[in-house]
Amino acid sequence: MSSTIAVNTSSAIGNAAAADTNAPARIAVKKLNFYYGDFRSLKDISLDFYDRQVTALIGPSGCGKSTLLRTFNRIYSLYPEQRAEGQILLDGQNVLLPSIDVNELRARVGMVFQKPTPFPMSIYDNIAFGIRLYEKLSRSELDGRVEEALRKAALWDEVKDKLRQSGMGLSGGQQQRLCIARTIAQRPEVILLDEPTSALDPISTGKIEELIEQLRSEFTIVIVTHNMQQAARISQFTAFMYLGELIEFGPTTKMFMNPSKKQTQDYITGRFG
Amino acid sequence: MAEHIVSSYDNDLQALRRRISEMGGIAEKMLVDAIQALVRHDTALAQTVIASDKRLDVLQREVEENAILTIARRQPLAVDLRETISAIRVSGDVERIGDLAKNIAKRALAIGSDFQPQKIVVGLQHMSDLVLGQLKDVLDAYAQKDTARALDVWKRDGAIDALYTSLFRELLTYMMEDPRNISFCTHLLFCAKNIERIGDHTTNIAETVHYLVTGETLAIDRPKNDRSIDTSAEAGA
Repeated sequence: MSSTIAVNTSSAIGNAAAADTNAPARIAVKKLNFYYGDFRSLKDISLDFYDRQVTALIGPSGCGKSTLLRTFNRIYSLYPEQRAEGQILLDGQNVLLPSIDVNELRARVGMVFQKPTPFPMSIYDNIAFGIRLYEKLSRSELDGRVEEALRKAALWDEVKDKLRQSGMGLSGGQQQRLCIARTIAQRPEVILLDEPTSALDPISTGKIEELIEQLRSEFTIVIVTHNMQQAARISQFTAFMYLGELIEFGPTTKMFMNPSKKQTQDYITGRFG
Repeated sequence: MAEHIVSSYDNDLQALRRRISEMGGIAEKMLVDAIQALVRHDTALAQTVIASDKRLDVLQREVEENAILTIARRQPLAVDLRETISAIRVSGDVERIGDLAKNIAKRALAIGSDFQPQKIVVGLQHMSDLVLGQLKDVLDAYAQKDTARALDVWKRDGAIDALYTSLFRELLTYMMEDPRNISFCTHLLFCAKNIERIGDHTTNIAETVHYLVTGETLAIDRPKNDRSIDTSAEAGA
């Protein structure tokens, strides 16, 4: 894999593979309700996320798309006043059950945030840190895992000679790919991306988009994005949410060329308000 | 349809519609005048038709440029993307209709006041009236986003093809009767063919309207009644 993944034209103009409507559901959300204290911010959401497909969540600010994303690895449970009701089946297992080990869950369902969040440590340790938490590996095995993760995140060639330098010294786009590498290193099943490119320049954005397309062969990916064209380019499925409700879900091509619901059409064409 | 949050986006799309509506008006008038020029040997009118085509070409270029700019600036999606693409397609069809009308006008000049059998002229006029009705209907269907009306135009094109076939046979007969008829008959045959082609462009526009409104392309084949390719000189006689 080459390091500087060129933004080839096919990905730049949007050549995401067609939706595989026969892919099995990796995550099945059933009648999910979410509360911030008394406020119900997700209302009876039922939705499947398909295996090794990219699903984009779109909708205006406050519609609940990030909240939905945050339920998949129960990151919300860091806050006592937040709670989810209903079911989120990851490979058939309800991750909302109290018996679920959230640390193990978060290794299976990785997450990347809007702003790159590298740990204040070396590039190497940024990746190795998470692996060491769960696995006892020899030095050479660990080296191999770090390299593998950096390669898959299309960052290896750019950082291989400075693995001991701080991850904070990288550019924004490189930091974001470092965070993706950190996530991949855990060998997750699902990767959640919460507006991963909104703080990045177009070239870094192109590299991340190219990367997402490659990662799709191995992982189930859910991405929250405010960039409509990005959703159209990189996802196979799109879900449009509004005021905590799922308004429309379908293959991305259909959603962006000929959506069924007027609200979806108004939102994606910039007529909402 | 609700307005865009960015109001200049609405202005862009309206400007596209306005230009196409102007193009449609010009093309309709060109066809009417070209046939009139042919029937009445009106050379001045024929010259007017030829001159109008320039404006049509300018408008078509403007539609294309503005549609491309809209795509570049606003990355339209869903109905807006279909509208932008449809504008490019429809303006292309209308521009071709203008070219075909202009060609009829040029032939009107070439024929001059040569003998023209009344029956053929009446046939041509009838065919052109039918096509003109189709053109008006399809342009209205486009302006009103009325897919039922567009489909109606699309289905009716078979009648024009049938009329063309019968004119073709008749002209063939005249040519065989007397070789001196060949020159003007050939011109008239081209005129008939041009009118028939204009009909084809109206069906293209009808298909575009259907796509614009529904987001789907017409999958079925259009009814066709052009039998002129099956007509030999013997059969014509």
